[in-house]
Amino acid sequence: MAAAGRNPDRLPRARWLVRGFSILACVALWQLASSLHANLGVVTFRNVPPPTEVAESAVVLLKSPKLLAHVGSSLWRVFAGYGAAVVIGVAFGFAIGRSRAAGDLLLPPLELLRPIPAVAWIPLSILMFPSSELSMIFITFIGALFPIVLNTVHGVANIDRRLVASARSLGGTSVAILWEVVLPGAAPSIVTGLAIGMGTSWFCLVTAEMISGQFGIGYYTWEAYTLQNYADIIVGMLVIGFLGMGSSWLLTTLGRYLMPWRRPAVVR
Amino acid sequence: MNIRISDIPAQTVGRIDVAHLSISLGEGAGAFEAVSDLQFTVEPGQFVCILGPSGCGKSTLLGALAGHLPVTHGQFTVDDRPVSGPSPDRGIVFQQHTLFPWKRVRDNVAFGPKMRGMGKAERHRTADKLLKLVGLSGFERFYPSQLSGGMQQRVEIARVLINQPRVLLMDEPFSALDAQTRSMMQEVLLDIWSKIPTTTVFVTHDIDEALFLADRIIVMSARPGRVIEDTILPFDRPRHPQLVTENEFVRLKRHVLELLRRPEETSERPR
Repeated sequence: MAAAGRNPDRLPRARWLVRGFSILACVALWQLASSLHANLGVVTFRNVPPPTEVAESAVVLLKSPKLLAHVGSSLWRVFAGYGAAVVIGVAFGFAIGRSRAAGDLLLPPLELLRPIPAVAWIPLSILMFPSSELSMIFITFIGALFPIVLNTVHGVANIDRRLVASARSLGGTSVAILWEVVLPGAAPSIVTGLAIGMGTSWFCLVTAEMISGQFGIGYYTWEAYTLQNYADIIVGMLVIGFLGMGSSWLLTTLGRYLMPWRRPAVVR
Repeated sequence: MNIRISDIPAQTVGRIDVAHLSISLGEGAGAFEAVSDLQFTVEPGQFVCILGPSGCGKSTLLGALAGHLPVTHGQFTVDDRPVSGPSPDRGIVFQQHTLFPWKRVRDNVAFGPKMRGMGKAERHRTADKLLKLVGLSGFERFYPSQLSGGMQQRVEIARVLINQPRVLLMDEPFSALDAQTRSMMQEVLLDIWSKIPTTTVFVTHDIDEALFLADRIIVMSARPGRVIEDTILPFDRPRHPQLVTENEFVRLKRHVLELLRRPEETSERPR
């Protein structure tokens, strides 16, 4: 932050050139393989549209109102499902991490459900919820819940006891210690859980949309396949990638903003 | 030398009475007596060093005084009030700092007043005064991880003293510092203590440190810890670094060394 000049992340221009070249080379190889309809035995590029075609389709989608509708409904589902997972996951994580009774009460069912991949919930959740919309939100929720709960528990349970002891010696009440010591102490671990949860919740959402959606970017990608708009498949994939990248960037930025003590410049 | 900060009056309180105090640690078959039948009184404003070999229970004793450990037998009182649980009245400084990494230096020091409900502007002003007292003006907005070990311990001392404790408890606060920083911090501590004469119980295994700092030393035997010597030191204040080479200092040091080297022998000496 303060010492931008000594930022170790900063790379010399030559390395950026190499990195850019690497991406361009991949795209060029793709172009070559697609335009030659290369058949490599196990994998064939016969039906894979070349990057030029994909770019054209991307421009068409960018100009159409469909994009906003698809992206909008996907974002809403992630917002709702992930948001619920954050609230419930952090609350459960705090309860389990702070109280043995809450741990005994809440942890066994969570541990039983945890090994079931969220995607395996799709058929049941379609049966359980009145609308496919709600069932997709539920899948997103389930996907994010476990990493958030477990990382919160980890963070809360591993608070430095000496910090709690000295807060108590300085006159901190139990509630104040929860807010002033436990929450910031667990924050790095919670943010890790949020980041992992964000990844899984996008993954689950896209899968759920492919199976039961009517809108959404996962549905768009699957629809492109069934309608044989092969270029649109790749456009859909790219949009999903960008959305995932954007949300994890948002979380990292939020984490850095909320925890400025994590990377202070060392001045001794 | 006697610059008083108006907000922090001289302490006329802080008397500690320890009566037949025993503390057992561990559970079941692993339980053992850490300190046994301790009995002493610390006068208000006195600076007492507790010396002893490692494992003699001196840190246990301090933990109990702070209210973090339960007492097995006997009791102790601070200003005639029995101790039950931690309180800002009894501030404690540990060997490793326990500053909150997510709070800036100023907010770390202002933690106690915040817990008492003091407003932000006022508690920041008070915190800045204490930071000035410990020689850390200009570092208010730093995070603890940006400071050196000695500076972190200064913040720790300021954070405890802002609560105007009756008793200041120090558990080998300088033993993790390098030798030069340690002797500098000893002088800093005596300077602060001359301005805010708080009753201080300072635990150490460093004989030089104890003799240099204290009005009085209490020497403890190996486990279970008992008092084997309780002496008022004859040195004047303010103390100067040359003190450690004076004859009387060296004589006392030799005496304490012999006491500590003696194998477990339980004859208790009267004062």
